[in-house]
Amino acid sequence: MSTQSASARETTEGTVYTVTGGDWDEVVETAARADDERIVVNMGPQHPSTHGVLRLILEIEGETVTEARCGIGYLHTGIEKNLEFRTWTQGTTFVTRMDYLTSFFNETAYCLAVEKLLGIEDQIPDRASIIRVLLMELNRLSSHLVCIATGGMELGATTIMIYGFRDRELVLDIYELITGLRMNHAYIRPGGLAQDLPPGAVDQIREFVKKMQKNLPEYDKLATGNPVFKARMQDIGYLDLAGCMSLGATGPILRSAGLPHDLRKAQPYCGYETYDFDIPTADTCDAYGRFLIRLEEMRQSLRIVEQCLDRLEPGPVMVADKKVAWPAQLALGPDGLGNSLDHIKKIMGTSMEALIHHFKLVTEGFRVPPGQAYAAVESPKGELAAHAVSDGGTRPYRVHFRDPSFTNLQAMAAMCEGGQVADVIVAVASIDPVMGGVDR
Amino acid sequence: MSDGHDKVTNGANPEKDLSASNLPGRRGDQGEEIRVQRGMFGANNGGDTSGYGGLVRSIRLPGPASRPYGGWFDEVADELEGALEEQGLVPENVIDKTVVDRDEITFHIEREYLLPVAQTLRDDPALRFELCTGVSGVHYPGDKGRELHAVYHLRSITHNRLIRLEVSAPDREPHIPSLVSVYPTNDWHERETYDFFGIVFDGHPALTRIMMPDDWQGFPQRKDYPLGGIPVEYKGAQIPAPDQRRSYS
Amino acid sequence: MGLEEKLPSGFLLTTVEQAAGWVRKSSVFPATFGLACCAIEMMTTGAGRYDLARFGMEVFRGSPRQADLMIVAGRVSQKMAPVLRQVYDQMPNPKWVISMGVCASSGGMFNNYAIVQGVDHIVPVDIYLPGCPPRPEMLMDAILKLHQKILTSKLGVNAEEAAREAEEAALKALPTIEMKGLLR
Repeated sequence: MSTQSASARETTEGTVYTVTGGDWDEVVETAARADDERIVVNMGPQHPSTHGVLRLILEIEGETVTEARCGIGYLHTGIEKNLEFRTWTQGTTFVTRMDYLTSFFNETAYCLAVEKLLGIEDQIPDRASIIRVLLMELNRLSSHLVCIATGGMELGATTIMIYGFRDRELVLDIYELITGLRMNHAYIRPGGLAQDLPPGAVDQIREFVKKMQKNLPEYDKLATGNPVFKARMQDIGYLDLAGCMSLGATGPILRSAGLPHDLRKAQPYCGYETYDFDIPTADTCDAYGRFLIRLEEMRQSLRIVEQCLDRLEPGPVMVADKKVAWPAQLALGPDGLGNSLDHIKKIMGTSMEALIHHFKLVTEGFRVPPGQAYAAVESPKGELAAHAVSDGGTRPYRVHFRDPSFTNLQAMAAMCEGGQVADVIVAVASIDPVMGGVDR
Repeated sequence: MSDGHDKVTNGANPEKDLSASNLPGRRGDQGEEIRVQRGMFGANNGGDTSGYGGLVRSIRLPGPASRPYGGWFDEVADELEGALEEQGLVPENVIDKTVVDRDEITFHIEREYLLPVAQTLRDDPALRFELCTGVSGVHYPGDKGRELHAVYHLRSITHNRLIRLEVSAPDREPHIPSLVSVYPTNDWHERETYDFFGIVFDGHPALTRIMMPDDWQGFPQRKDYPLGGIPVEYKGAQIPAPDQRRSYS
Repeated sequence: MGLEEKLPSGFLLTTVEQAAGWVRKSSVFPATFGLACCAIEMMTTGAGRYDLARFGMEVFRGSPRQADLMIVAGRVSQKMAPVLRQVYDQMPNPKWVISMGVCASSGGMFNNYAIVQGVDHIVPVDIYLPGCPPRPEMLMDAILKLHQKILTSKLGVNAEEAAREAEEAALKALPTIEMKGLLR
């Protein structure tokens, strides 16, 4: 294809170039000469839809997608490298920003890996584990809500989007009450939690559960039986069990193929074996099945949240080992959450050793025995795992995240090829990739 | 803590149990040496006034374990060795060493045998590791002759088990066979590891950069690649990038 | 960028300025440029509780050619930078840029090989919005401040005069290192 440069003419104000739509004409001409309607189309990376900076390269023939490829890396942040220059505790601040819709899962996976390296898994206080589970299940709700909301918007159903974000706000209010932040919390730390639940949190969560139990059926009424919705989703994004296994797809995609594999049941962590909940599955292998699974998982999450609230007993939220436990105590001051003034007064005024200890642990951090550990959690998107390597220093030697979005997105080609262009959007939405997790 | 290293005594006080869980890190000469550390506080180019400049310390990862490994680890190891023998391979040549640490089993595989091992692990009914959770690269510049490691985690849904395979390659010849033909999910994972560590996975269908721009120079997550931060001026003072600051090491 | 830029200085120009500023600020069309965490907060701002529609700008345009505001929401990687610039170039004049969040403004905590240390290396920025991520209220505040800026923006010779004055004021301003008191 020859490229003709734009014609130029000199004027009193400098050179003026006349650019015409030559490019498109040439594309059409070349396509006509090739005697078929095969065109390569780029979708993204700047996207009219909502999955961030994902670039889809589609080869289409008429309306049929003959080949589909993903271009990723447009949000590569180098978080794994950055972690190697911070202490183990500071790592949570970075990992929480990987998949920003599942912050608590990133933090938990990372902290479980660090705790495994330290060999203190059994010393984590019960209260800390229960609050971790509580927050993770709330996070599952908010992540699925965004998935359903944006998935609906991509179908053109703005109402679902407004509903989804309405309910997500309720979850975010709870996060804000507990961690002080709406997103990117860095609340779960190696050894436990940054601080205990604030007063009133339990009541607010109970109220939220009540409200959510009323709101969740609205999605059913709005979407589940909706003929337009069903026509767009059923038999779209088909990936059967063999495909899932070979492509490593986990989470709702795997469960929509009928396999009830969930790490919360298979390899429980944080005491999940003691909670009572079900793993929903579907046998349709399609986008509609995944939607139904997400909806049901939200109900199950509410069940777990209720059980967590019933179990909460007063107690510590950080390991007793003072060589690991973060020495700071936080309190709410006039300018927001910060170091507790009483605690500062104590270490500054009465105990030289406490001050030294505080200083050493905060600036240097704790040392982690050499070795490697792999900790996996079931995030809303699938198996999220952290592979942490320590060389005995105060900073991670290498941390690698196995992000489910990254792996599941590979299935895009298998789901889309042979389908219609409009179905690509549905298929990608049913994978629910978050580019922050894909690119890290 | 590992089963193989429960009672290790070393150093000035042989009575002291070094496997006590609150120790900062294992010292002594057990394990695999990966690096020798000199000095402290990251001051490598003079200017060390701390008095710790002469400190020499070897960094060691957990070493090979001996039988029994404990739990289902022996079962998997037996099955794997048996299956390899059936294929006419000598397990000692294939499995460089087996490390059991923190309730996880790691098979260090010689790289030329990686493909048959993975095939066996996936297809043998008694092993059945059907899900590969990807590759993680690790760069040990001090581990001469085996600088680049590729770490695979295999999950068996049938038997509810997780094992780790570790393969190493020297820096001058960074080739490891690709597992895409056995686990297609490794397609992107291997591209990512190539992108960040420069490990060439032989047999990969299209080994190109995936995260970095196509014309990027170097492999950014290797240890010899700088973090690439810039000094930041804050209220008149220059704060160096995180990798340029003095730090505890 | 039309006739109004060619008007001579005086009563006519200031009148046109006021009219144009009022019209422009009343219907700003943002382009969807969601990159990372901030994009989720940007979507939240558009959704029910915060309701950006109150300010006449709930419609996020998919095509940059129909947009005049780019909210750079999130970290800009080296790979994304050329794309971002191209999208900016495709937007018709007049156009504005809000750098949402600390990563877009300065690289934030990701001071490394992968992230552009501030989107102002690539495109001119009108409003820097701190926060990681900024709350929806903060984004709305930034948008309202931008509205104010658009309302009072100058045209033609007046714009040149304003730019010159701003530059002189910036050169004369006291560096933060020499400031006393709490601003320091």
